[in-house]
Amino acid sequence: MTDATFQAVPTAVVQPVPSSRARRVWRRYGLAGVGAAIICIWLLVALAAPLLSPYAPDAVDVVNRLQPPSTAHWFGTDALGRDVLARLLYGSRISLFTGTVVVLLSAVFGTVLGGIAAYAGGKIEEVIMRITDLVLCFPPIILAMAIAAALGIGITNTIIAMLVVWWPKFARLARSLVIVQRSREYVEAAHVVGFGPGRVLMRHIIPNAIGPLIVLVTLDVGNAIITFAGLSFLGLGVVPPTAEWGAMVSEGRELVEQWWVATFPGLAILTVVLGFNFLGDGIRDWLDPKARRR
Amino acid sequence: MLRYITSRVAIAALMAVLATLVIFLIANTVPGDPVLTQLGDLAASNPDYVARFRAKWGLDLPLWEQYWVFLRGIVHGDLGMSIASQRPVLDDILQYAPATIELSTIAFALSLLIGIPLGILAAVRRDSWIDHVARLVSLIGVSSPTFWLAFIMLAIFYGGLQIAPGPGRLDPIAFPPPTVTGLFLVDSALVGDWDTFWDAAAHLVLPSIVLAAATLGLITRTTRASMLESLQQEYVRVARAKGLRETMIVTGHVLPNALIPVVTLGGLAYANLLTGAVMTETIFSWPGLGRYTFQSAVSLDFPAIMGITLMVAVVYLVINLLIDFSYALLDPRVVRR
Repeated sequence: MTDATFQAVPTAVVQPVPSSRARRVWRRYGLAGVGAAIICIWLLVALAAPLLSPYAPDAVDVVNRLQPPSTAHWFGTDALGRDVLARLLYGSRISLFTGTVVVLLSAVFGTVLGGIAAYAGGKIEEVIMRITDLVLCFPPIILAMAIAAALGIGITNTIIAMLVVWWPKFARLARSLVIVQRSREYVEAAHVVGFGPGRVLMRHIIPNAIGPLIVLVTLDVGNAIITFAGLSFLGLGVVPPTAEWGAMVSEGRELVEQWWVATFPGLAILTVVLGFNFLGDGIRDWLDPKARRR
Repeated sequence: MLRYITSRVAIAALMAVLATLVIFLIANTVPGDPVLTQLGDLAASNPDYVARFRAKWGLDLPLWEQYWVFLRGIVHGDLGMSIASQRPVLDDILQYAPATIELSTIAFALSLLIGIPLGILAAVRRDSWIDHVARLVSLIGVSSPTFWLAFIMLAIFYGGLQIAPGPGRLDPIAFPPPTVTGLFLVDSALVGDWDTFWDAAAHLVLPSIVLAAATLGLITRTTRASMLESLQQEYVRVARAKGLRETMIVTGHVLPNALIPVVTLGGLAYANLLTGAVMTETIFSWPGLGRYTFQSAVSLDFPAIMGITLMVAVVYLVINLLIDFSYALLDPRVVRR
């Protein structure tokens, strides 16, 4: 009895402090932090795939085909007896690579184009934005599918197909951001000092308008990873023996009894994309003063 | 107002035609050859066959003439012939459209019915557990690959628990209802065939949940953000000062104002569902436009792809106009301007 009361006193005094502090930290960095952690883990996995993976990703072992998860094969084996875990680990390389490359390249291209349009105005703006609208007219997946089907399958071709349809949203966003910044005083000041238009755009305007772009880039990597995996799932992404998540789900889609073949690569996609969405959502709250949590 | 609408329709129609031109140019510059995908290796190695094939589909005409033939067709309501199905593209589209319309409308309704209340609750009870749940649900919905979600749903509810029917619009041995609209729910109800009605409804459950997942996340997030914005407006303080009940304030004052961005994004999401349900339809063997699009793209059936592009552009055009009209309904100030 006395023991209990004795113990109750310090906990009652001490506990609120760390818990409220933890809560404050969680509120400020929580979701973004979790997202960043997930992405870091997957990046490490992608880098260290050969070290982590218990088998070669394309080692066929027909005797042990469609084995359920066990200590020898943690995530089971697929229809050719290949280790699902090994393929999943190697698959992270393709997904992270393609997602990042597509988004970064189209972000750079779209931002420069949208920036030029907003900054130059007049005929140049009209031409650039009408081209942007034109590409936005196509549902991305349809155009990407047609291009991927026409160029032939393979990672590079699929990336090209995705790039063609990916950049317009960045051009649009960059244009609207630059238009807001263009009339600000500091831009005028930079002109007065005698900086050329290219320098003002690249060194002054774009750095000031970059916040929402970073949010879009972060959220969009997840989007690109899903789209690439989807094209792969449809048979338009990677050449078959390659270990890629969308293709792995596709290989397991008929195997309802052997659920592990399709379930684990799908979970891998879900977690990576969730990581990027957590991070992007967190950054958005963080940058937006109205949504910022107290 | 009328002039504004006509000019917008004209521009959008022009864009739609330009979009087909882009597809046409892509079709003729990329290294893929429809002759090879359609004829097969043996026939493609025979120059006589190849020449006859090209002549039959007009592939031997100069490029501008091929496109001119296509444009002339559009005016007459003729989108050309699909190389793969050997039928007019318009007939193909009209045949596959009802299945897609039925599925995406139900999925869209589902995501509105769940997403809007969830978004409202999340905004009103900001930072409470329901806000966090709403955030998690919408982020997971947006992050799930559709094709995988479809597999999981089929594996659990069809393969495992066996409480849901398998892929397709109806039981394999069932007959479709007599075609009036092509929507099985409507057609079967019209003739009072309730067995078929329930069969069709049961087949809609899994694909519409899968299709709704991503849209649900979008609707929830947009509703929440927009509600938060509106809740900070002056008129809310006035309403509170008048002593109005909080439910009245939220549903009567804040919600109508907060719905405009939801309508915009929701409308575009609906257009997206109508035109882009490729994954879901492929996995659920749903005989709709998504699967038709996929098959046309894979077989490089460019007349069909151009027809689909035109149709998609028209769908977006119509939905965008509907969005603008609904602004006027939601916000009387729009009309007065």
